Amino acid sequence: MTSRQVFLQRYGVLSALAVLLIFNFAVTPNFATWQTLNVNLTQVCTIVIVGVGMTLVIATGGIDLSVGSLMAIAGALSPMIFTGSLFPIPNIYVGVALGVIIPVLVAGVFGLFNAWLISNFSVQPIVATLVLFIAGRGLAQVSTNGDLQVFVVPQFQALALGRILGVPAQVWLMLVIVGITAFVLRRTVLGKQILAVGGNEAAARLAGVPTARVKYIVYGFCGLVSGFAGLIVIAMNSAADANLIGVGMELDAIAAVVVGGTLLSGGRATIVGTLLGALVIQLVRYTLLANGVPDAAALIVKAVLIVLAVWLQRQEQP
Amino acid sequence: MNSPWSIKPSYAVLGVLLLLVVFGALRYDGFIGTYNVQSVLRYVSMFAFVSLGMCFVIMTGGIDLSVGSVAAMSSVVAALLSPYGLVPGLAGGLAAGLLVGGLNAFLITRMNILPFIATLATMLAASGTGLLLAGNQSVSVSYDTAFTSLGQGDLLSFMRPEWVDAEGAGVATQALGFILSFPTPAWMALIAFLAGAFVLKHTPFGRHVLAIGGGTDASRLMGLPVDRTIAGVYILSGGCAGLAGVILASQFGAGQPIEGIGWELFAIASVVVGGTLLTGGRGSIGGTLAGALLLGLIYTILNFENGLGWISLSAYWQSVVRGTFLLIVVIIQSKVTKAYKIV
Repeated sequence: MTSRQVFLQRYGVLSALAVLLIFNFAVTPNFATWQTLNVNLTQVCTIVIVGVGMTLVIATGGIDLSVGSLMAIAGALSPMIFTGSLFPIPNIYVGVALGVIIPVLVAGVFGLFNAWLISNFSVQPIVATLVLFIAGRGLAQVSTNGDLQVFVVPQFQALALGRILGVPAQVWLMLVIVGITAFVLRRTVLGKQILAVGGNEAAARLAGVPTARVKYIVYGFCGLVSGFAGLIVIAMNSAADANLIGVGMELDAIAAVVVGGTLLSGGRATIVGTLLGALVIQLVRYTLLANGVPDAAALIVKAVLIVLAVWLQRQEQP
Repeated sequence: MNSPWSIKPSYAVLGVLLLLVVFGALRYDGFIGTYNVQSVLRYVSMFAFVSLGMCFVIMTGGIDLSVGSVAAMSSVVAALLSPYGLVPGLAGGLAAGLLVGGLNAFLITRMNILPFIATLATMLAASGTGLLLAGNQSVSVSYDTAFTSLGQGDLLSFMRPEWVDAEGAGVATQALGFILSFPTPAWMALIAFLAGAFVLKHTPFGRHVLAIGGGTDASRLMGLPVDRTIAGVYILSGGCAGLAGVILASQFGAGQPIEGIGWELFAIASVVVGGTLLTGGRGSIGGTLAGALLLGLIYTILNFENGLGWISLSAYWQSVVRGTFLLIVVIIQSKVTKAYKIV
């Protein structure tokens, strides 16, 4: 491999981001404003949060198609809890706390269900998670009868709309999740085990890595963060629509992971890369929109980006 | 290889399908009536086309996520060309599908990109192209040409004699009238499936598809044209998706750039339910057709059940039921594969 390829591999996303930023500073009007920054970060937030879970799943050589449906389940369940329509709540703070914790845990349990199918029945991840992709949104729609749940609960909506130091709360939450996960992946035994399972599962098992447990952890975690992302979406919209929450999220998350430089075959992963990958995709879209290119054309550019990112990855392998 | 398991999954789905039809026929009035059968077949034929292409792709051990947006894009192309007549509309939609299929084939065999990602990218690209061509809205087809007969017509109904509807007609006569009233897209799908089954069983291409799914490296070492075959299945799948798009446009009278979302997963589910192994190497064309019909029937049965008034299940239950179906099949498949390995 030539040194140029090494460079592209390692700093490709970063350079793409830099080029985009410079281009925008030069060309796009009103780019260097606080508002532009916040708009872009807010739009990328849920993709990054789900993408972090997806990165770990892909690091084990798997894939999770159910993330969007799990977002819908959590998003549909939460308002039922904090508005007290499911069971009586003593006061709004307890309600909001339960309305965050229970849906996230429920989504996590569904994640464990994915892992159960994958490790117990050796079903391929793409099919195993297809089950909940189809049935999960159905469950969310059935439980709300497909109706829109509108609410005004500032205590809950602070999750997305609150600001700390002028930056939306959801952006801080995203950074915390990225930070913790990046640390776990890089510095802990679990992180090494995740990569080992993705690198060569049979070898990892022989070396004493509890492969099944690792899978339960990553799919469960992916479920948890998806559920959380679902809550951010409804907090932002002040309404929950089971038909729409998280539609297409699996593709956005996978795209962010791939553009970020995580190997799809597993064994090598970067959480910060996923964050950067999501930012690049978002920034490309923003650049095109801000300069009058229709959204549909942005889809094509996104496709080219994905192909390019993966093609660069392939160059590395013999 | 002649383990009893090797044929069972596709027979199982056929059995379930028959049970469901008998159940429906006994329980609901008009379930096997001409009108209901026509509307079910008309609707399912689009999914059947997409599933047929997907079946070939999956038998090589690959996957094609682009089929839904390809169908949507092709429906737009077909609608735009429909003023020029039936043939240009059909050919244009088909060509659009083949084009994306060819792009998939190039990305996968020449650029060595995993099928999952390559087709994910073309899915986005096709969807974007469809939206651009359509200007972000659905495109009405022309009713001045014969184009709509493709989706809305009944191919052989002109041969259907008056006397089959006469009082006291025999079972055979009724059956004849019944078959002659099948909608055009159902005939197209039927012919495509027969051709697909023939190609799989009796042509070198079909045998290569299965061999590659069984072991790509071994096939390469044996000197089989691996890349050419893989390219072939993706082009085939693109073409099938293109035809599904043509039927979509012609049936609903409009090219619909935002249709087709989730079709790829419906198709994968049909293929899996039909007993084709996702790891490739073994598959059933007939099972895939039965799988598509089965998943389509679930919707109809829900409607009829609601019509009886005993229960009231919203349309949303259909995805829960479909998911559950897929779950059961996947678990059974896993048991079967394990048993198969031991044998």
